[in-house]
Amino acid sequence: MKARFALFRPAGRIGWATIVAILVGISVFGAAWAVAQKEDAASKNRKSTYAALAEAPEKAREKRNPFAGDAQAVAAGGKLFEQHCVQCHGRNAEGAKYGPSLLREEVQQATPGTLFWILTNGVVRRGMPVWSKLPEQERWQIVTFLESLKLQPATAHSGNLQPVKPVLR
Amino acid sequence: MVARVCPELVRRKFPGLIFPVLIFSLLFCLSSPIRAQESPYIVTYDHYLEEPGSLEVEYFSTFGTQRGGNDFDAFWTEFEFGVTAWWTTEVYLAGQTTFNDSTIFTGFRWENRFRLLQREHVVNPVLYVEYENTSGADKILKEVEGHDVESDYAPPNAVLRKEHDHELELKLLLSSTFKGWNVAVNPIVTKNLLPSEPWEFAYAAGASRPLALKALPNRCNFCPENFIAGVEMYGGLGDTQSAGLHGTSHYVAPVVAWNLPSDWTVRLSTGFGLNDNSHRLLLRWGLSHEFSGFGELVERWLGGRP
Repeated sequence: MKARFALFRPAGRIGWATIVAILVGISVFGAAWAVAQKEDAASKNRKSTYAALAEAPEKAREKRNPFAGDAQAVAAGGKLFEQHCVQCHGRNAEGAKYGPSLLREEVQQATPGTLFWILTNGVVRRGMPVWSKLPEQERWQIVTFLESLKLQPATAHSGNLQPVKPVLR
Repeated sequence: MVARVCPELVRRKFPGLIFPVLIFSLLFCLSSPIRAQESPYIVTYDHYLEEPGSLEVEYFSTFGTQRGGNDFDAFWTEFEFGVTAWWTTEVYLAGQTTFNDSTIFTGFRWENRFRLLQREHVVNPVLYVEYENTSGADKILKEVEGHDVESDYAPPNAVLRKEHDHELELKLLLSSTFKGWNVAVNPIVTKNLLPSEPWEFAYAAGASRPLALKALPNRCNFCPENFIAGVEMYGGLGDTQSAGLHGTSHYVAPVVAWNLPSDWTVRLSTGFGLNDNSHRLLLRWGLSHEFSGFGELVERWLGGRP
């Protein structure tokens, strides 16, 4: 019995001091970490859901939409949007429980390259899956459709999504 | 009369179909469907996970030829749920019919897939962890491991079902998508939880591509974009006691998936055995349906805010 407890017996005063120092160190570090986490979480909450748009690298932002102004692509993108995006972003892209509105200024002012980058990479930590399983051209078709929404005034999004006539740029 | 005879006929001829038909019917009433873009693979995994909150119900069947025994039809139902964008969990229920023998339930599996990186890269890793509680009569051949060979499946069900397997299976799902092509490679390690059993090794690999990379503007069943075709290959690589290709079986299988706008996916695969240890033919088909908003439904049931 004695031998078993001996395993846990610190070697004299220095041993005890070391153990106490380690425990205090862990407690202080833990408390500091918890406070930092709390502040971090609060800060994250303050950040807009749209902050992920700003994370797109410069090179990705500058990519040009190969279907810009293509009415067929808007229609095809609308079809793809209905099939893959409506559940989270709402039938009229107005946003729903799981996905933000795509009619907001942050999205509508984003470059086509940024939207393509978000579609490709998702925002995994905030629940948006990656959509690189759709071929690149289909992703651009969705971007073309999203861009067409900016031509509609926000109040017009009350019925079913209708592809709008794009303006040639 | 017809109403009484038909279920009986279905029960006798297609016993494995009753459960999935009931589940599909129930979920249809409760949830809203959405069209998925499913890969054509049946054995290989790519790195794409289930969308968060979505439940995919899948029914698969494998017809296998058997030398030295009776041919069989093994079937399983999968319930795949996207917990988050980086975590998918899935339960399998499996059974099989061995012709001129019997139809039996062969066990369950619980798998989890974890996406390891937040963004897309050239190669995207996903960690796969699965627990299996099956009998030796399990013939779904969802993976071919270690020294699994055709003759293992020849004994009658009464003999095979006496063996119980509790296994832990780990896979590293490596997958890359470029110019419409998906290439996936899955190294597999399996451990029967009995201490005396060795670690077994296996692999699965596949490549696939949609028939068209651009969507047509109109809604259509037969648009080429709805079809994804490819090929997959899988087999065993021995175990810790005897690693290598000796005494292993291997298969190559052309695969095709048809993603219908009506929210169903049909998969077909014809697997050919590549050596004498393999079944000559594994004919597989699968039917799946994705129910989005299932998570929300469950939340509502549990009293969460709509």
